[in-house]
Amino acid sequence: MKLRLLLAIIAASFGATTAWVVAGDALPPGLSTRPDRAMIDSGRVLATLGNCNVCHTAEGGATFAGGRPLATPFGTLYSTNITPDPATGIGRWSVEDFRRAMREGVAPDGRQLYPAFPYDHFARVDLRDIDAIYAYLMTRETVRASPPPNALRPPFGTRPLIAAWKLMYFHPEPIVADPSQSTEWNRGRYLVEGLAHCGACHSPRNAMGAEQSNRGLAGGDSEGWHAPPLDETSVAPNRWTADSLVIYLRSGFDEQHGASRGPMAPVTRNLANVPEADVRAIAIYIASLAGRSTTGPALAATREQLAATDVAPGHAQGALLYEGACASCHDRTLSGVQLEKSTAVTDVVPTNIIRVITDGLSPIDGEPSRSMPGFRGTFTAEQTAALVRYIRARYSRASPWPDVEVEVNKVRGERPPRSAS
Amino acid sequence: MITLNVNGRDYAIDADPTTPLLYVLRDDLRLNGAKFGCGLGQCGACTVIVDGETAYSCITPIAALAGRRIRTVEGLGTVERPSPLQQAFIDEQAAQCGYCIAGMIMRAQALLDRNPQPTDEEIRTHMQAGLCRCGTHMRILRAVRRAVGKPGSEAKA
Repeated sequence: MKLRLLLAIIAASFGATTAWVVAGDALPPGLSTRPDRAMIDSGRVLATLGNCNVCHTAEGGATFAGGRPLATPFGTLYSTNITPDPATGIGRWSVEDFRRAMREGVAPDGRQLYPAFPYDHFARVDLRDIDAIYAYLMTRETVRASPPPNALRPPFGTRPLIAAWKLMYFHPEPIVADPSQSTEWNRGRYLVEGLAHCGACHSPRNAMGAEQSNRGLAGGDSEGWHAPPLDETSVAPNRWTADSLVIYLRSGFDEQHGASRGPMAPVTRNLANVPEADVRAIAIYIASLAGRSTTGPALAATREQLAATDVAPGHAQGALLYEGACASCHDRTLSGVQLEKSTAVTDVVPTNIIRVITDGLSPIDGEPSRSMPGFRGTFTAEQTAALVRYIRARYSRASPWPDVEVEVNKVRGERPPRSAS
Repeated sequence: MITLNVNGRDYAIDADPTTPLLYVLRDDLRLNGAKFGCGLGQCGACTVIVDGETAYSCITPIAALAGRRIRTVEGLGTVERPSPLQQAFIDEQAAQCGYCIAGMIMRAQALLDRNPQPTDEEIRTHMQAGLCRCGTHMRILRAVRRAVGKPGSEAKA
């Protein structure tokens, strides 16, 4: 399943004309008075923690102007324009309209919003925080832009169906503080379960795309990547600690665990731009879950495994390819992640390691970031599978992945718009 | 011994199977188009085409190449008879020092082979993995546009 978040507030029907309108000092119609500076600043931090920009900005497009496609099992949705443009954005929305969209998943005109917009999480956010995000969004630059129309398979284009979906799956409960835990832990849980909506990717979903609330952060799928478990079933060979999570979440890389990649890359980029206290709160909460895992450490490679040059019969080809293509960075210099520490190697599915080997890690525009070349042209599908099986055997104690070839063929059948190969 | 098929010809190579293809091309086969730049698969100066896909020859062990079709810039055309893409690079003078150009041409060729009429956006996205330290990227993009029959450019360099 490839559900990933996206706000689908207004079904677009205006075509894809784009023009810039400078807001100047005029207030959008929905705002009667200019919000104060402190509220706008607070809204900026909250909107960044909520990753509004990630879904509501198209590749190369203006921030918050929408139009980013989201492939779901039910078809493709396009994110909407949440700039204060009165015609194509949310400029006419009152704060009550905004609260209703965020907490109930209903647009001002009464239309049901697709749950790709994670109102199941936002319903749990305090009104004060929602109002601050409103103040921030309504004072952004106005952009006139309408997303392409959604392309959902029948019958999913029928919005009243969403009401039925909500009856079955949308039962938000407020987040009640746990007095036995610290203030920071409670703040972290509030952010993780609410605005940051980590579960939208890191929770398993049912056949109707609803998060399985009883399974918490047990891992999920996101845009063709696997979002690893963040709870006590974490497969990280090195147990996550709050300190390593702060480093990872703020820099996109922790040498004890690996690089943030795929849909997680823009999340860690955002977390570099919020106060460290909020990231630390998230880290403390997640570490209280994932840090309990005994699964991951039990999968960590042993010294004997690492000392072996050819771990087992049947891995000769993989070992040879690794030696020729991977070892110079990953073993002989410290420029590459040490694979015995990588969650991608111990993960429950081989999806992420296959994606990274095939298309590499593209450097992030204008920022120092981890990069790795892709090997789509270097290796055949069969060679990629041999290499992946070898890495799993040599750098972990985890049992072999079944169906590596199936996953390799799936990844190779897709070509990302931008790759490092 | 590994048999490599380069530009349609078979070569029997006696080298360690982990040897990078780039070394074999340059040192054994004297095909000096592909260049050693970073040695890490990051700059693209060593780019060749393997079975229709770009590959960084500096990080491609020859063990991966038995039975596969390798194309280098020498396989496209000659000094007397350059390929249309090479001619476009000449016409746009898309080189300063030229060190990256063989890799750039092969990267562009891989795109044109699977998509003969790429949009500007597709060209830019595909070419972004190639680095030119002289900064002739705009001329390189114009050369690729010229090769697909759209001379002139959104941006003059």
